[in-house]
Amino acid sequence: MFLEQTDGALEDSSLEVLGRAREIADQLGVPLTGGVLGESVNGIAEECARRGAHVVLAADSPLLRNFTAEVYTDVVAAMVKARDPDILLIGATHNGTALAGMLAVRLGAGLMAHVVDLEIESGTGVLLGSVPGFGGSIVAMCKCKKGRPQMATVRPGVFTAAQPTGRAGTIEPFPVSLKPEDVRCQVVERTVRRGASVSKAERVVVAGLGCKDALALPKKLADLTGSAFGVSRPLADKGMAPKNLVVGSTGSSLHAKLAVVVGVGGAAHFTSGLRNVETVVAVNSDPNAEIFKHADYCVVGDASKIVPRLISELEGSGGDGK
Amino acid sequence: MNQVVCLKITPKIEQIRFDEQKKTIVREGVENEINDADKNALEAALRVKDALGGRVVVLSMGPPSFEPFLKLAVAMGADDAVLLSDRAFAGADTYATSRVLAAGIEKLKPYDMVLCGEASSDASTEQVPPSVAGWLGIPHVSYVSDLAVVGDRVRARREITDGYEVVEVRPPMLASLQLGCNSPRFPDFRRKRWADKEFKLRVMNIQDLGFAPGDVGLEGSRTEVTGLSRLRAPERRREFIQGDEDEVARRLAQIVKG
Repeated sequence: MFLEQTDGALEDSSLEVLGRAREIADQLGVPLTGGVLGESVNGIAEECARRGAHVVLAADSPLLRNFTAEVYTDVVAAMVKARDPDILLIGATHNGTALAGMLAVRLGAGLMAHVVDLEIESGTGVLLGSVPGFGGSIVAMCKCKKGRPQMATVRPGVFTAAQPTGRAGTIEPFPVSLKPEDVRCQVVERTVRRGASVSKAERVVVAGLGCKDALALPKKLADLTGSAFGVSRPLADKGMAPKNLVVGSTGSSLHAKLAVVVGVGGAAHFTSGLRNVETVVAVNSDPNAEIFKHADYCVVGDASKIVPRLISELEGSGGDGK
Repeated sequence: MNQVVCLKITPKIEQIRFDEQKKTIVREGVENEINDADKNALEAALRVKDALGGRVVVLSMGPPSFEPFLKLAVAMGADDAVLLSDRAFAGADTYATSRVLAAGIEKLKPYDMVLCGEASSDASTEQVPPSVAGWLGIPHVSYVSDLAVVGDRVRARREITDGYEVVEVRPPMLASLQLGCNSPRFPDFRRKRWADKEFKLRVMNIQDLGFAPGDVGLEGSRTEVTGLSRLRAPERRREFIQGDEDEVARRLAQIVKG
């Protein structure tokens, strides 16, 4: 599997893939090898070796500091050639997806896109992936029929992150011979704001187009209730919120105990992200909105009137639970 | 600056139904459209053309019935349109699709930039742009929200996990554009009339691209779908909270506080 780092920090999605990949490796009775690329990646390699990887290949070079699809494809392809794995898993982050598509062509391998489940077919040992399509409402069971390794990218948030185990795997340096001119894409600027992940939050407030321009209200509700703040895709597309806050099949799946969904219509690509939420509260002015089919508590009304009253209700009560 | 824009013609997903008995997707009677993110890619290409000149050629793979959509792209401002069309191309996964698209793009050399949408609205694998770049052996910059040509380089802002980065790369290169990153222009009325009446679409088949039947379509694919199922939404309580706004707010506060 590919272990993705950005600015020296391991991506959460890689830990999730690591957890499931180790289970699959144990089921097949084969070792799990991780490959990490970057500059000074030994710390990440050690962490992954403690969390279930039997072997971590560490490709260390200043020229690997930034992800560039072409260079990373070259190095991971060399790792695959060296180890000849049956299966290659990659977290379906932006960079992971860009790597996987190019790498599959290089290797002549089949690639299943952002799977939401992975199984091993009994008898054959073939990898089966559940691939969501058509806005997340339909799932295709897929497998790789030609080429090796069998490849899949894994949607963030569907598997549980690998925990530290008692024993540690080994770390093997993976030598690379790169020249500066091999790096054709130059990263000239990067901004990363690591916020609380919407996917993992216990409570989430989600705003949709029905909130119009008044996002301050649902944001305030989120702050007041200790909730993460998320949005529907159209709000992000209008540039009113960053894309990493998007909930649904093109963003994060929620795993919250409570999600308060305000002004969201409820298209399939959105509601697929609510599947694992314990309790859903929906506010929408249209009594026939799709979202109400996916909610435990439904409020027909204008968000701009309901949300302020809810906020003052919560502020006034002092949180004594009465 | 010569550009190729890949367009996918997709079914309108809100019209798609799932046949529970046959476990198939019902496409009959479903209208098609140019995939939204691909329209953003076309708009990005046209803006570069407006600034620097050069040609924009749109390219799609599909049946002859897709012709009107390519003419629409011409009416929006594309200089030429190519349809890669052959029965042998049908049933392709992302591996076989990207292989055919890349072969079509090779026929349009010399090009500086290839632009794609980040994802299609139907299958939305996001795999075709990086795979096309893989076949062409050119750099790929994905999830681009803004793009400009600065000197001899393309400068692009791209989204990454929890942030963004700005990259610079010398052409030829491929960029995939984010859905909604710009507002695609409307077709020009006169160009539309010209496109409908006089413009001749270029069509390329399997021989034109030099493939054997086993290279493309279902046979040339590396993955297979063994079954489809509908993801059922979990059962929900669906209790409508009644009363005036204050009563509703009080009840909601109780629920939120658990």
